[in-house]
This record gives sequence, structure tokens and C-alpha cells, in this order.
Amino acid sequence: MMDIHRQAFLEEAAELLTELETSLLELEERPEDPDIIGRVFRAMHTIKGSGAMFGFDDIAAFTHEVETVFDMVRNGRLKVTKKLVNLTLAARDQIKAMLDAAERGDLPEESVSCQIIAGLRELAPHGDEQPQVHEPKAQPERATLATYRIRFAPVAEIMACGTNPLHLLNELREMGTCSITAQSKGFPPLEGMNPEGCYVYWDIVLTTDQGVNAIRDVFIFVEDDCEIRIEEIADHGASVADDGYKKLGEILVERGDITAEAMAEVLGQQKRFGELAVSQGIIPEAKVQSALVEQRHIKEVRQEKQSQEAATSIRVPAERLDVLVNLVGELVTVQARLSQTAIERDDVELSAIAEEVERLTSELRDSALNIRMLPIGSTFSKFKRLVRDLSSELGKEIEMTTDGAETELDKTVIEKLNDPLVHLIRNSIDHGIELPEARVAAGKPRHGTVHLAAVHSGDSVLITIKDDGAGLDKEAIRAKAVEKGIIPAAAELSEKELFNLIFAPGFSTAKKLSSVSGRGVGMDVVKRAIEALRGSIDVSSSRGEGTRITVRIPLTLAIIESLLVKIGGDSFMLPLALVNECVELTREDVARAHGRNLANVRDHLVPYIPLRERFGISGEPPEIEQIVITEVEGARVGFVVDHVIGEHQTVIKSLGRAYKNIEGISGATILGDGSVALILDIQHLIQSVEREAH
Amino acid sequence: MAKVIMTADDSASVRQMVTFTLKQGGYEVVEAVDGKDALQKLSSTKVDMLITDLNMPNLDGIGLIKGARALPSCKFIPIVMLTTESQDSRKQEGKAAGATGWIVKPFKPEQLMAVVKKVLG
Repeated sequence: MMDIHRQAFLEEAAELLTELETSLLELEERPEDPDIIGRVFRAMHTIKGSGAMFGFDDIAAFTHEVETVFDMVRNGRLKVTKKLVNLTLAARDQIKAMLDAAERGDLPEESVSCQIIAGLRELAPHGDEQPQVHEPKAQPERATLATYRIRFAPVAEIMACGTNPLHLLNELREMGTCSITAQSKGFPPLEGMNPEGCYVYWDIVLTTDQGVNAIRDVFIFVEDDCEIRIEEIADHGASVADDGYKKLGEILVERGDITAEAMAEVLGQQKRFGELAVSQGIIPEAKVQSALVEQRHIKEVRQEKQSQEAATSIRVPAERLDVLVNLVGELVTVQARLSQTAIERDDVELSAIAEEVERLTSELRDSALNIRMLPIGSTFSKFKRLVRDLSSELGKEIEMTTDGAETELDKTVIEKLNDPLVHLIRNSIDHGIELPEARVAAGKPRHGTVHLAAVHSGDSVLITIKDDGAGLDKEAIRAKAVEKGIIPAAAELSEKELFNLIFAPGFSTAKKLSSVSGRGVGMDVVKRAIEALRGSIDVSSSRGEGTRITVRIPLTLAIIESLLVKIGGDSFMLPLALVNECVELTREDVARAHGRNLANVRDHLVPYIPLRERFGISGEPPEIEQIVITEVEGARVGFVVDHVIGEHQTVIKSLGRAYKNIEGISGATILGDGSVALILDIQHLIQSVEREAH
Repeated sequence: MAKVIMTADDSASVRQMVTFTLKQGGYEVVEAVDGKDALQKLSSTKVDMLITDLNMPNLDGIGLIKGARALPSCKFIPIVMLTTESQDSRKQEGKAAGATGWIVKPFKPEQLMAVVKKVLG
């Protein structure tokens, strides 16, 4: 931006210099002509002023010297001589040289400037005045919070100069907490009154951190015509402990509205000072009111400061947050509808608004969800008690350590995590950690440890329960699973698959039911609870060294990113986190697979579940269907749908109690057009299909 | 409606800068090349504020301020004069003529805007 102005200045200065040359030659002919002298002066003056403004400080400084001389000529203090004209012409050439140099980006010859200046000073000695070079105003000092008492009493004619006192008061208001009381110095009789005059003055109490100079600056244009008094009356930088403020009488004495003697006299009587003073006609009521305003102002500022210090965090009832999150959820839904409408209408303006709303909504959503985030630490400390009680009951010596107590999770997630975690910890204590003697015999310390840790990992939180107990007995698990008919006797299972058997319904390795874990609640219930949170659970263990259970859960439950798909006229959602890719499925592909639900994706066979069939949706599928391939616990499984619509922000609504047990559906959401889409429970769908296959 | 500010200055580069700055601030700008031009335009155009240079041909800033204050439409508008520091006596003259305030040249765009905001509210 500055460049175009510099260019404009360079062009203008060149013009002015040409004009200057002409004027100087004319001046030689008519050295007394004030018009010509004025022209020369103005040319110099403009070059100087604009030069400094556009960053040509050297030109400004140099021109200032010439201008000064011509100011003297203008005032009749100096005669135009041949020598002066010669010097000025030389100066004009020098300015031209400096401009040319500036345009090229060079530096001009300085010695020439010095010679000319020396010559000019000889003609018109004007002391050792410094050239006027622009000095930026010093930064206003950063003062601490303080309260000032300001009296602003303008002359009656203030408005004739175009000053609106209200603007000045507003300017003060913007500086901090401000109490303004208008006072009158008495109106003249009607015939003597100037209807355009100002007969009011103001008492202002201002609490600001901008310092007294900033307040003076407000009045900079009017300080000569107005009475302006600024006094600091309280400094809030230090303590706010003392909560009383000056007595009314003290304030009035300080303001000079009443004498100390008058106050003492009034105080001799037994009424409120203000009322007394007014009733006795010592002081007009308005002045007392103004002082009372000051008293109140200070009190309020102190209170506010105290409450601010207390208000770094606030407690809010959980229901209010739930309401907020629900509303944000509704907003996300409406926003989706707006975006969809904008796309359909193909209206640029509407699209722009929709995009803006989308951005704001997502920010609002994030911060609303953030408010519900709580550190998991409070839950951790509850478990410590549990460990202590259980271990003494079982005659074990167990210590619990924790890590990542500050890790934050959505409040509702923490609540729902409580039971599964209690169960897992109980398991560790009951089945995992051995009795002290057994531990010593195994060469371990008597003390067993349960370590509970939480850590953020992307949009999930990982919670680990690790014990240094006996570890899982693979053979015992296998034997039990065979006995229960969960696996065939000859089944070959990986270690991971074997460990995962403990999550099978009805599975328990405990020889007998203890009072602790034998409550008919198995690991299958834990697993289901975690999955209800859209999480996953994983076990690893080594014999004799201990077991580690890792629970992965999403940060929040309220809103997820999902993929919207269509089957017939129905809409479904798949959690985007689980979706890997989408591929096409043609009729020929289906025919080639001979009825097996397998798709060939880049030479890998991927099993798929035809959802249309699974949900019994009538009608014909399209020629080309889509397979949404998900990845759950390392296994790729496809879901066949009619169409993939795209990514979607999904506000999860739980299904009513009547639909609670429907398998394969974890919730519902409302789409932009108002219709309902069901959220698919990928894990359950896969499990139920697998179960049927066995 | 955007407020209208007149800038009276014989320097085209200063006018350009003032105009540019004010327009950026959302104001409408009327330019005048000297005091005479300004006064002429003021009689037919309603402005909310006047920013004037002091040294101008034909009619200087002081004359313009006096002339403007005599116009009923300009009686109470803020008038800010552009001065240089060497013109302290002229500043008093300007105030006596009815100027509201002044801006010392050279100034930066933000200084100009601060003054405009101050007097125009």
C-alpha cells in the first residue's frame, strides 16, 4: 500500500520542483512579490511534509532548512538576494537529485546538501535548530489497574469548535469501568443563555489499566479550553483486601467541594453525613450524589476484581451441559440440512453462508464437547479404595499405581466406563495376582501391583489395566472352551484368538465362584459394555509375568464422523473410523463368486455381508452395488449397500427402550432432510454373522 | 450510511493517502485541492468532517476553517487541521478560527484514523 503512495509523492514532488524553478526565476525579477514568495514557501512546505510522511526523511530534513529561510522571507525578516536565489536553486537541484536517487534506490551525495545548508544558515542564522524529523509517539506505558477521578468542565462554547463532549466521554468509557455523573454549574437566565452552549460538566470515575497519559490524550484537543482534573484515587494493582472505601465526607473534601472544617461541623451531629450536609445547605445535592457514585464505583470495581479472581473456573450442573450438547447436536443436524439445501439450490450466496455456518458449528461443537471433558483421575482414586478392600478380603498384598489421571474423557464415557473397569480390576486381583506366599515361591515380591493407565491416542483414549500376576493359562482356557463347546477340541487357535475366548459368553476360568467375581458377570458383559461405547478391548498376557488389558474408547459419545449409505429408500451410517475403503460390486462379480459372499479386492478375498438381504429390505438392488470395507481388529469385512452418499457428522440418538436389544444397530441419527438413519454396529453385525456360520 | 469526510490539501500525494486511509476505514471522501475549492464544495455537499491542510494556494486552511464555520451546515462538524510541528502559532490561529483539533505531519494512517474516530465518535 505504501508503494503507491510513495510513487504518487515522487511524481508530485517532480511537478513541484519544476514549479519551484519557475517561481524562483520569477522571484529574481520581482524579489518583493509576496505571491511568489508564498509559492516558493508552499512548494518547500509540501515537499517537506509529504516527504516525511512517505518515508523520505532525508529530503524532509533538507527541505526544512530551505523552508525555514523562506519563512523568514515571508515574514519580512529576510530580503531576497541573488545569493539566496542561487542557493535555493541549488537546493532545488539537490532535492531533485535526492528524489532520483530514491527512485533508483541509491543514496544521494550528502556533501552537497551540507554545503547548501551551511550557505543558507549563513544567510539566515537560526540557531542550531534540529531538523524536524518524524518521531513516533512512545508506546503508552502499561500501567496497572487504577481508579482515577476526573473532572471535565468544558467552556460553554466548546461545541462551536466542533467538539462533541459526548464523544470524549464515550472514549473514556471504552477505556475501562466508568461511572459518569453530569453536574451543572448553573444555567444563566434564559435571555443570557446561548442555546448552543454547554452548561454541564462531568465528574467521572474511571478504572483502567491504561495509565494517566492515555486519559490526558482523550482531552488533547480541548485541554486549553476546559478544566480537566485527573487524580488517581485508588490503585488496584496490589491487594483488594480492604473492602471499605473512603467516607463520603473525605471524598468531598478531597474533591474540594467542601472544606474540612465544614465537614467536621456537620459531623458533630448524628445523621448521615450526606443528608445533613445537603439539608443544611452546605453543599448542593448533586455534588453529594456524584461523590456517592465514586464510592459505589470503587466498591463495585473491587467486588468485580474479587469475583474475577474467583471465577477462573465455574461449576455447572451436568444437566445444563447435557442440554447444551443436545442443542449443539440439533444445530449440527440443521446445519447439515442447510449445507444440503445450499448444494441443491446451487446458489453461491447461500453456499457461502452454509460454509460459514458449517465452520462455526464445528467450532461450537468442539468447544461444547470440550466442556464435558473431565480428567479420569477421580475414577482412578475410587479404584484405589476398591483394590485396598478387595486385597485384604482375599488375603493378598496388592498395591495400585496409576498414570495419566489427567487424561480427559467425556463425562458420560467416564460414567459408563466405571463398571467395566471395576470388573477388570477385580479380575486382576481375584484371578491374576497370586497370594503372597505363592509370589515369593515364584521369586516375585510379596506385593503385587495393579497398574492403571490412561493415555490419549488420536480421537480415542487407551486405558490399560496391567497386573504382575500369574498371567493367563492358555491350556486352561483351551480346555474350558472345549468343555463349554465354544471351540472344537481340535481347533487350532493363535494366542490372540485363545485369549479372546475369555470374552465369550459364559466363560470363566475361576475354579470356583468367589464372592468377588462370581456374580454372574463375565468378561462378555465387559466386552459388550465397552463396545456399547464404540470401543474395543484387547488382552495380552505372558505366563507367570502378568496380564495386560487394553481398552480403547472414543473421546466422546455424542457426535461421530460417519459414512452415509443407502439401501433401497433407507439410510444407514457406518462409523467412519472403521471404514477402510469402498469398492464396486457388479452382478458379474456376484455370479463369479458362486453364492459365496466374497469379493476380490486387489487379489485379496474380502468377505462381505449383503445388508439388503440381512435386513430383509425388499426391492431390486442396483446393477452396480457398493461394498464398504471395514477393518475391525485387523480383519477386513465388507458391507454391501446400494449407494455410498458420503461423509456425515452424526449426532447419535439412542434408540428407545423397545429397540434396545436389536442387534447390529447402535443408534440412530437425523439427516439433513429430516429423515432417520440407523447407525450400524459393525462389530455386532460381524459377530452375529460369524455365529450363524458356525 | 457512511459518513462523508472532506480532505482539503494541495498535495496530491497527501490527498491520496488520506483518501485511501479513510476509505479503508469505511468513510466516504470528498477531495478538494485548496481552500477555495473546498469552500465551494462545502456549500453544495454535506460533509460530516473536514480535514484541511494549512498552507494552500487561493485560500489557506485558516481561511477555510473560518469560512466553513460560517456555513450553517458546518457549524458543529469536527474540523481537523494538518500542521507541522514548526507551525505551533498557526495551530493557535486555527483553533481560534474554530478548528476542533489537529494532526501533526508527518502522520501514519493509524494516527489519522485515531483522530477521526476521536472527533467523529
